[in-house]
Amino acid sequence: MTDGTTDPLTRPLPAPTPRPRFEAGFLTPYAFIGPALVVMAAGLLYPVVMAFYLSFYDWQIGLELEDAPFVGLTNFGRMLVDHQVWEVLWVTIRFGFWTITIEMTLGIALALLLEKPIRGASVFRTIFILPLMVSPVVVGLIWRYLFDARVGWINYYAGAWFGIEPQIWLGDPQLAFFAIVFVDIWQWTPFIFIIVLAGLQALPSEVVEASTIDGATWWQQILFVKLPMIRSILVIALLMRLIDVFRGLEVMLIMTGGGPGRSTELLSLHIYNRAFETQQLGYASAISVLLILIVFGMSAAILLLANPMRERSDV
Amino acid sequence: MSGVQLAHIRKSYGSVEVIPDLSLDIAEGEFVVLVGPSGCGKSTTLRMIAGLEKVSSGQIAIAGRDVTWTRPKERDIAMVFQSYALYPHMNVAENMSFALRLAGTPKAEVQDRVHRAADMLELTPYLDRKPKDLSGGQRQRVAMGRSIVRDAYVFLFDEPLSNLDAKLRASMRTELALLHQRLDRTMIYVTHDQIEAMTMADRIVIMDGGRIQQVGTPKAVYNDPVNTFVATFIGSPAMTLVPADLSEEGGRVVARGDGFALPLPDRLKAAARRAASRGVTLGLRPEHFAATPRGQDDAPVHLDVKVAEYIGSSQYLAARMGSHDITAAVEVGPEADRLTAGTYHFDTQRLYLFDRRTGDSLTRAG
Repeated sequence: MTDGTTDPLTRPLPAPTPRPRFEAGFLTPYAFIGPALVVMAAGLLYPVVMAFYLSFYDWQIGLELEDAPFVGLTNFGRMLVDHQVWEVLWVTIRFGFWTITIEMTLGIALALLLEKPIRGASVFRTIFILPLMVSPVVVGLIWRYLFDARVGWINYYAGAWFGIEPQIWLGDPQLAFFAIVFVDIWQWTPFIFIIVLAGLQALPSEVVEASTIDGATWWQQILFVKLPMIRSILVIALLMRLIDVFRGLEVMLIMTGGGPGRSTELLSLHIYNRAFETQQLGYASAISVLLILIVFGMSAAILLLANPMRERSDV
Repeated sequence: MSGVQLAHIRKSYGSVEVIPDLSLDIAEGEFVVLVGPSGCGKSTTLRMIAGLEKVSSGQIAIAGRDVTWTRPKERDIAMVFQSYALYPHMNVAENMSFALRLAGTPKAEVQDRVHRAADMLELTPYLDRKPKDLSGGQRQRVAMGRSIVRDAYVFLFDEPLSNLDAKLRASMRTELALLHQRLDRTMIYVTHDQIEAMTMADRIVIMDGGRIQQVGTPKAVYNDPVNTFVATFIGSPAMTLVPADLSEEGGRVVARGDGFALPLPDRLKAAARRAASRGVTLGLRPEHFAATPRGQDDAPVHLDVKVAEYIGSSQYLAARMGSHDITAAVEVGPEADRLTAGTYHFDTQRLYLFDRRTGDSLTRAG
């Protein structure tokens, strides 16, 4: 023991051992994420790389890939002047604008209304998220029959309840566009709802109470406290919906096939049609590259502007 | 009379009654601390004063106005929460000015009040920072600044220092006491920490099981606890309770138990005689033990010291007195070696006597 006034090291130390080059177990985290990385690479990276690769070839179905002629940037040049591509891109943008605007508004509003533990809220919550559990292919089938001009319920009830003349919903460009927007809202509003609801319920109750004490009305509380506090969640929900708009094609494929004309043909459905209907795999790949760039650009822009990760706080 | 008045407040959640019947009168400008173990209803009481919880029945008045059913914003209150409850997306100035901005206060006045509060709390350099860039103590001060800016009639504090480390807590206690002096506002403060209660309160309200056990100045609740709950809750280290039997020996009443025989002072004689048949519980405060006799009121007791904690000028003993575990805080000066088993002395003038069955004090002055 020392008395605290002298050098505390009064006894010799044993010879020091060298500092290990790698800490024991430094490989463990990599071992755990390794399998996921392999799966991601196989499932995500490979198709993306292949899409880039194929976009430089004029590859048609029935042709061996080795026999496909290398065409350089021809596919991309063709795409730039292909009015069909620009037309479906415009359809996609309109579709995305209407669906996401309405889904976000409705989803947030519903979440705010059903946030409090009022009687029956849990029943409503369950009912609201049901559409989310239906496979898009089934959604397409259900709504194709509901919108059917002759046997569909929609025409029947529109006539029986509101006296509306039967419409050929999926045969008119504007009505068909309305129909796919409607179905997308029906299926995906619950997604926004459930994410926002989770965000609201995770808000620290004392902060919300503090704003009550500070004199905020219900509306001010939503606008100045709740929504800003779940901003990162809103950004991520928006991002996921945007990506989905450019990705999803099953519902349109089954409901309308993209028609009439190209009024409901989204970019991804167009790529599908190019690849498997007109069998131009190389050209379809080039359009896929465009799609990848759009989605990547949008995501990067949103993440840079809104940076949902930065807002994390332990307060 | 103004201030804050609670009249026969009852609160139940479904069939669970949290507060059966609570009445309390708080004078204007008073610093009142509600203290008790967790689940005693102190926070619920505060939240009912704030209007965050509705009363099941009873009446609440603030500044002579019935506010039982009014909303929090109409009660002229400010509140500081345990978690600080700062708005994470606003900077310090915005956090502090939020209430004023909502109320439509002119911009110049908002700025002026924020700056004055920031000045008082030494927060001026941090006005542009977000809460996440502040330390715990700074966040705590922002939370206080937010309530000071309001200039409310009543300030409510819900365990505001619980998340701070010991040193910071001590300095914040001082700051709070200063704040009370400076603002001269009614303050109601909830804590489970009796030291906070003792150091800051004008009056302490000790609660247990939804009921007020005792209301009084720190001095009164320490010196004159109404029952064993208050006696053991107030004071640190806590009072030791031991069962004892009373007998008359040569004109004196002596409390005997396993390992001790303590003669009662004359002032307790009458009470002791009344309670003799029922049996009593003896209360011994740790600080009334000594290593050497101090006067004729001291009685010797043998302590079997298990652990002696060196504190500085005194030592805390975890000891056995007969078959009873007791705590003693013995002042022996900083130079003393660790204390060991032996004869110690207890100041019998300081004995507390409680009814063994009800726990009620038998020694109360009143």
